[in-house]
Amino acid sequence: MNAQSTSPSTIVKVPTGHPGLDQILRGGMPIGRTTLVSGTAGSGKTIFALQFLVGGIRDHDEAAVFVTCEETPDSIRENAASLGFAIVGHEQERKWTFVDATYDPGVEEEVVGAFDFAALIARIEHAVRTTGATRVAIDSLGALMTRYEDAYTVRREMLRVSNALRTLGVTSILTNERGVEHGEIGRFGVEEYVCDNVLILRNTLDEESRRRTLEVLKMRGVDHLTGEFPVTILPNQGLVVITLEGTALNAESSTVRIHSGLEALDEMCNGGMFRDSVSLVSGATGTGKTLLVTEFIDGGASQGERSLIFSFEESRSQLFRNAAGWGRDFETLEASGALRVEAIYPEMRSLEDHLVAIMNAVDEYQPTRIAIDSLSALERISTERSFREFLIGLTSFIKHRQIAALMTATARTLLGGESLTEAHISTLTDMIMLLRYVEMGGEIRRGFAVLKLRGSTHDKRIHEFTVDGTGMNLRGPFRGVTGILSGSPQSVAEASPDLEIVAQMFDPDGGPTS
Amino acid sequence: MNHDCAIEPGDQAEVSHQFRLFIAGASPRSARARNNLVRVCDDTVPGDYAIEVVDVLDQPDLAEDFSVLATPLVVRVTPLPPRRAVGDFTDLQRLAAAMDLYRLPQEESTT
Repeated sequence: MNAQSTSPSTIVKVPTGHPGLDQILRGGMPIGRTTLVSGTAGSGKTIFALQFLVGGIRDHDEAAVFVTCEETPDSIRENAASLGFAIVGHEQERKWTFVDATYDPGVEEEVVGAFDFAALIARIEHAVRTTGATRVAIDSLGALMTRYEDAYTVRREMLRVSNALRTLGVTSILTNERGVEHGEIGRFGVEEYVCDNVLILRNTLDEESRRRTLEVLKMRGVDHLTGEFPVTILPNQGLVVITLEGTALNAESSTVRIHSGLEALDEMCNGGMFRDSVSLVSGATGTGKTLLVTEFIDGGASQGERSLIFSFEESRSQLFRNAAGWGRDFETLEASGALRVEAIYPEMRSLEDHLVAIMNAVDEYQPTRIAIDSLSALERISTERSFREFLIGLTSFIKHRQIAALMTATARTLLGGESLTEAHISTLTDMIMLLRYVEMGGEIRRGFAVLKLRGSTHDKRIHEFTVDGTGMNLRGPFRGVTGILSGSPQSVAEASPDLEIVAQMFDPDGGPTS
Repeated sequence: MNHDCAIEPGDQAEVSHQFRLFIAGASPRSARARNNLVRVCDDTVPGDYAIEVVDVLDQPDLAEDFSVLATPLVVRVTPLPPRRAVGDFTDLQRLAAAMDLYRLPQEESTT
């Protein structure tokens, strides 16, 4: 066998019914092959299989055969309906056929001597031939095989079933239970060799929260992305595999500048933000992050743009009241269709679900600006790893759609400081703005700075701003002050070395320390 | 076709033991199962049984109706309740036990 002669282009792929997985597999699963989907209880195997078949029917008019070994067809119909799959309708169209291989505890079947699964295979073949099905799912191999004690026969029959599916030329999914998240793929130790391909669904407990993932362990002849990808299960959508939608680095960069909402900020940025930029504003509580969001949305509205706000800290009415306090009428804006607000407690959903909700809202509303207030609220509900994946997923999605995004992050300390959010997101963002309290002469003032702006020069000075009934007013750079970012601003004159030594001479704790 | 498959020592309606044997094609395993079933029946209920043989490759819909997964499979249709056994039945004693057949000759001898 010469591996090189099998070029990937000769393999015909079929979409799997899972757009995310199709991206991981760069197009789909090889046609006519068998794929083992292994996972622990509750990892979503049945849903995966259902979606594979429903996707074939919906998108490609491919008939399907579902061999159920665990749940009765009625229970499958019911569960599928709750996910938005109308199996009964597909059955009426003769696009969906059940082969009921469930175990009836009322019927005792004693094993006396050698046997094979020829009858099951004949039933599958019959169903495939009469409906012209091209996709088959067996759910699950384990439930079928564990009824029989003889491990040798079971292994041989697994191979027979798999070969029969291949001979039929159907693309098939065989689900299988495993007892552990890592280690043996299946109970019989041969499952992974029986099928051409192996996918693993995991459902692990990570710092008290459930984390679902999908991994492509083996996909013969197909170049695919490796590692675990986050997965979520949603009503009306089923199982969603979250990937980077077109990698961020491939996304086209726009040179179009947009109005940030503040003339002075546009000037600091040398002409405004970029069309497809992801911006982060960081600051302590009350420094004016939501205010900046309001200005950003208002700036969009003034250019006739549509904006979407995801608010995780404040309710819709709070947001509108705040805006009114800054002289912005969001009520009217919303009524005119130029604004949509999604306010939800972060704890209501998992981070994966939030990401999918954001994507769905963007697809539905088609905004040109999106604001997320705040990332820190989302960070609270997740582990470090899933938060990082969320951010990567979100930023790449936003860039891909050429949407201008503004996200806020709360700094943990009032003066200066850095939050985890910033550490994660700073490399993913195109622009970082800082809002800081500045204590000067016994008075709290506020400072604003553009820390980073990709692809453009920008004003590096720290500007003072005030807030009044008209919103945010940038007042020009602070002069004669240093140390604002570190949280201990000093006027430049006071910081002169000579004066410092003099001050230390009168320090009761002793002389100068290095 | 049906005539080929059915082994009917007695009239279907009159015999007290009716069996349906599901096989998959003319394999040695199918033949073995059939011969062993006939032997057990001849030993225990001679002349009082009928076996209908169903080839699942020819009649997959019947396999569907009777939820047949593994072959060979014998179903005792009468007397009720139904009993099922899977395999080539090389162990005649166990097949007889599974079909509840071994006691019948004794019952007949006592009456």
